[in-house]
Amino acid sequence: MTLQANTRLTAAETALVEAYNTQISDLPGDADVLSARDRLLDDLKTGGLPTRRIESWHYTDLKTLVKTWPALEGADTTKVLPPMVAGSSVLAVLQGKADGARADGFTVSHYRDSLSDGSAAARLAAASDDDAIGRINGSFVRDGFVLEIPADAELEAPVEIQSIHAGGQAHTRFPVKIGAGAKVVVIERHIATSGDEAALVSSVSDITVGEGAEVTWVVVQQQGAADTFLGQVRVDLGADAKLKLFNVNAGGKLVRQELRIDANGEGSELTLRGVNLIGGEQHVDVTLVLGHNVPNTSSTDVFRNVVFDRGRGVFQGMIKVAIDAQKTDAKMSCNTLLLSDEADFSAKPELEIFADDVVCGHGATVADIDDNHLYYLKARGIPENIARAMLVNAFVAEVVEELEDEPLVEALEAIISAWLAKHA
Amino acid sequence: MLEIIDLHAKIADTETEIIRGLNLTVKAGEVAAIMGPNGSGKSTLSYILSGREDYEVTSGDIRYNGESILEMDAAERAAKGVFLAFQYPVEIPGVATMQFLKVAMNEQRKARGEAELSTPDFIRTVKEGAAKLKIDYEMLKRPLNVGFSGGEKKRAEILQMALLEPKLCVLDETDSGLDIDALKIVSDGVNALRSPDRAFIVITHYQRLLEHIVPDTVHVLYKGQIIRTGGKELALELEENGYADIIGEAAE
Repeated sequence: MTLQANTRLTAAETALVEAYNTQISDLPGDADVLSARDRLLDDLKTGGLPTRRIESWHYTDLKTLVKTWPALEGADTTKVLPPMVAGSSVLAVLQGKADGARADGFTVSHYRDSLSDGSAAARLAAASDDDAIGRINGSFVRDGFVLEIPADAELEAPVEIQSIHAGGQAHTRFPVKIGAGAKVVVIERHIATSGDEAALVSSVSDITVGEGAEVTWVVVQQQGAADTFLGQVRVDLGADAKLKLFNVNAGGKLVRQELRIDANGEGSELTLRGVNLIGGEQHVDVTLVLGHNVPNTSSTDVFRNVVFDRGRGVFQGMIKVAIDAQKTDAKMSCNTLLLSDEADFSAKPELEIFADDVVCGHGATVADIDDNHLYYLKARGIPENIARAMLVNAFVAEVVEELEDEPLVEALEAIISAWLAKHA
Repeated sequence: MLEIIDLHAKIADTETEIIRGLNLTVKAGEVAAIMGPNGSGKSTLSYILSGREDYEVTSGDIRYNGESILEMDAAERAAKGVFLAFQYPVEIPGVATMQFLKVAMNEQRKARGEAELSTPDFIRTVKEGAAKLKIDYEMLKRPLNVGFSGGEKKRAEILQMALLEPKLCVLDETDSGLDIDALKIVSDGVNALRSPDRAFIVITHYQRLLEHIVPDTVHVLYKGQIIRTGGKELALELEENGYADIIGEAAE
């Protein structure tokens, strides 16, 4: 079926619809997948990209912010990078196309095969009415990896998913099933090797954590200075599972990273940490929707944001506690350093609690560097610029150190220091 | 080494003058004690010497080795050898103490045109210094001053002083919050640093500290001025009679 552009659509929306019409003939998928794609695109076409009038997009008016829809092809210069942690199993997606993969102790296949054989169709639907990222990704997704970590597997080396591009469009999806009792560290990197060409990247990670599994999942976003990144991490957390989810944003021009997490098993523990480094003219939005759906689950969420220049940051954190989710223990905090007069940050924590025996709390702070801290460092002979950099670093290092995984902490600190050296 | 000449200073952005015509000279090798009642300007003087930006010098001068330091910021003064041991050392989460010490030592060396310390040399120097002050080396891996007890914080200040080897050491109520044993350790640490080319300004409320760190001169600060200067016996006199007599004399 061919979709006609609606005259009320913006230039970017029109280009989106045209891109779909052009690409549909070679997008992978059986009949079920194609009809799922058509429905998603139809919703996008009818509703347009979300505007500030949709509550969950209030601070990130995608309709206004997405000005163009780049051509599909990017520069053909991408290649696999050395992993952040030496010895990792690297799964690379180059310019939206999954490369060969080294799998050590788990199974992996190309997501394009799941699209072609139709097994991907069932989970292609949008996650909610306001799921624009799911719709865009579901319409255009071409590839990614399907991972399965066997029950009770203890992977010694981290698994590193690299999604690398240079301009153009890339739409990837990573369905991951982690078996009961498995222990694994997964690093999900989104990285641009050329910052000049504006790229549009969408990515959905669809993670199921089995009973009693212990998982560390680290998302590192380092898109180029002109790039749009629309990311989503969906998590289904099983009984007694422990998940440490770290989300680091250190790049991109327009970034929306959604974390949609459901604690669906009793006794599950979520440790969610985020670092957002924002500068220049960047707009970075992290939106969390965390459902405590069963009794006896716990979560702690800490986000640290630093904003320089004319950067604009957004944090929306919604914790929902279902009516029978008694003994939920949920704490959320969002701390921001605003480092210029023109920097801007909006924080919107929300609690929606239906159970009556829970401990839930949230807090948000926005501040400049503490003058007392700065004075103390200077009084020991540390020049002001170095003292400021130390204090900004310290502000985010505090949460990174909670990973308690030395090679990983060092790799993340190197990325953070490099970003700060360039922007601070 | 230090000459403070008719110094007037106020809290920045207010009209509150705290230092009102203060004169003080401290020679190399000298230990000068500054005593005075609450609110006389003792801590303010220490902050102004170190270059804290919350205070503004309105007239007068501070000369260090013959050179005015008023235009230098805190970091420049520190690199030139001015050190303030804080009454309330600041807790800085996220900055490991060792990392802080390394950056401070190397930045000062850099400012003086010296080579940076190698990591093994740095660690050895810190370990030796810590042992002398009975500081647990493991404590130095923790964030700076975070969760340190009052005594640990003061010992950490003296450790920094020993490692940075300043020429003018200002100790702001280093005795406050210390028990007798800690006072002894801290005083021994300070005494070990006494040398002919280093001067100390010891700010204190009590004679007790001066039994351990014996001063060459004692100055009484009141309402932003030095109203009396004497030898170490002046401290004993104050301990005996309080400040009232001296303040009374000065008012006449």
